[in-house]
Amino acid sequence: MPDAERNNLVQIHMTILEPHERADNLPPSTAGTPYECWIKGFLIDKAANLGETVTIKTWIGREFSGALYKVNPIYDHNFGTPQKELLPIGDEARHQLEQR
Amino acid sequence: MGTSYSEIMSRKKEILFKSTGIDYDKFEISPIAFDYEGLMNSSGYSLEEVRKILQETGVGQTPLTELKNLTDLVRSISPSGKGGRIFVKDEAANPSGSFKDRRAALSIYHAKKLGYKGVVAASSGNYGAAVASQAAKRGLKAIILQETYDSRKIGQPEILEKTRACEAYGAEVWQLTVGPELFYIMLQVLEESGYFSASLYVPTSILGIETLGYELAHQSLEQEGRFPDVVLATHAGGGNVTGTARGLIKAGSEKTTVVGVSVDLKGLHMASDTDFNRKSFTTGHSGFGIPFLTWPDRTDVPRNCARGLRYLDRYVLVSQGEVFYTTELLARLEGMERGPAGNTSLAGALAVAKEMDRDQILVVQETEYTAAGKLPSSQLTFARENGIQVTRGNPRENIPGKSIIIPQSVDQIEIEDFPMDKIRMSYIANGIKAAKGYPLTEEDERFLAEDSRSPLDRVHEAAERLRLKE
Repeated sequence: MPDAERNNLVQIHMTILEPHERADNLPPSTAGTPYECWIKGFLIDKAANLGETVTIKTWIGREFSGALYKVNPIYDHNFGTPQKELLPIGDEARHQLEQR
Repeated sequence: MGTSYSEIMSRKKEILFKSTGIDYDKFEISPIAFDYEGLMNSSGYSLEEVRKILQETGVGQTPLTELKNLTDLVRSISPSGKGGRIFVKDEAANPSGSFKDRRAALSIYHAKKLGYKGVVAASSGNYGAAVASQAAKRGLKAIILQETYDSRKIGQPEILEKTRACEAYGAEVWQLTVGPELFYIMLQVLEESGYFSASLYVPTSILGIETLGYELAHQSLEQEGRFPDVVLATHAGGGNVTGTARGLIKAGSEKTTVVGVSVDLKGLHMASDTDFNRKSFTTGHSGFGIPFLTWPDRTDVPRNCARGLRYLDRYVLVSQGEVFYTTELLARLEGMERGPAGNTSLAGALAVAKEMDRDQILVVQETEYTAAGKLPSSQLTFARENGIQVTRGNPRENIPGKSIIIPQSVDQIEIEDFPMDKIRMSYIANGIKAAKGYPLTEEDERFLAEDSRSPLDRVHEAAERLRLKE
């Protein structure tokens, strides 16, 4: 089975500028890195595997080609873990108000 | 036509003219001066018209709410008779959850009126979502360019949340790595798509924000019988401060003190791949705030309509830990879970209120929605993963990029006044330097004085000093 089939929501990767093509005056930590981009859209190719060059159509109908990076990409940012430094703040403030 | 970095940059002027519909040359007076009010008025919308246009897509008319418990908390640590009343303009009630809807609404309306099929905006923050949301309402296509990842492909959770929001509104989102080449990509996308540049810095963007200052002044007058004494606005690129202050003036609330508040991120380089993920705040911080005040014309349009120095009475810094602390207080004492943008100026308000009389009114002029990626728990988890130390203690001892210190009590929340004079002098010097040896006329000096709210003789002295140095 291929990793992705036509009309699957996928994410592609493109290198826009190689390190030597980048703007002048970049800080050293940035200057040595390529300028890269990821875009999501619906696969136009019949089938493809990760890493292969594919064409997608974005939500607004524009087409792009790039390396297939992810299929049905997840949004995995989250609420984080409870922070012990934050947990007591509410009760401390409430207590201070009651002391007035 | 070639699309290399240098080829695209060489067509900058032509691309920006086609994509904004504005001939910026018409407003240029000299290499230094331009007709600011002429440019602001060039789109031809009155404040009343702008208010109606915003209403059509459900933007604005947000509540002005008193934060009585927070005010009481501040009074518990203030000298006798002190502790101003803190109000907040609940901008999270806008369609995409922030005041940025005001900023996007008029630009999108204007783009449609001019016949553009779509809009392009570069934003990793709420503005991108606002553009995508307003474009959806008006039936235009939206492309949002986001600086999202460092070279390890690690992105701040808050920016990842904005990607999700923009895509939820049907936008095409470009997730890019760190670098100023964002502007090159923007020009390239504008050229190939033929879409409108919904830049944060075009006149229609600032006119949209004027409604915020106007509304809050009237609400304060109607609800409390007086204009606000102090309005605090989170400051980054300058649009929020500029639009709000202009709106206050148009409402007749000219005596209101306008305070810009940024999170102190001194020492972190905005274009650095390694510093990128060592900050918890993607906007509203000094890394944007100070450069934009000292040189506003560094944006994606030839002349920036956001000119904070014209309107700011005071510019103050708070620390990251103080904003996280304030966010907790707002949730627990006021039952309002909101995001970091507005809570930056709210943290500033907790400190400023201590200095004010009890009958005086402070307005924090925005809130924003919060969500996965935007909560303090999410941002502090990410900070720890990126090697930042999180502790409780004296927030003054925090080192941006190394440590975040959550205050132990509300009396530790303090503001650092950034010297306005230093910013003004730096702006004047930058203006003169940018003109590259062009001899200043009286009109140029008047422009620099007005643009920096400095006395004319100070501009003259600075110009003389720089000339001698050359």
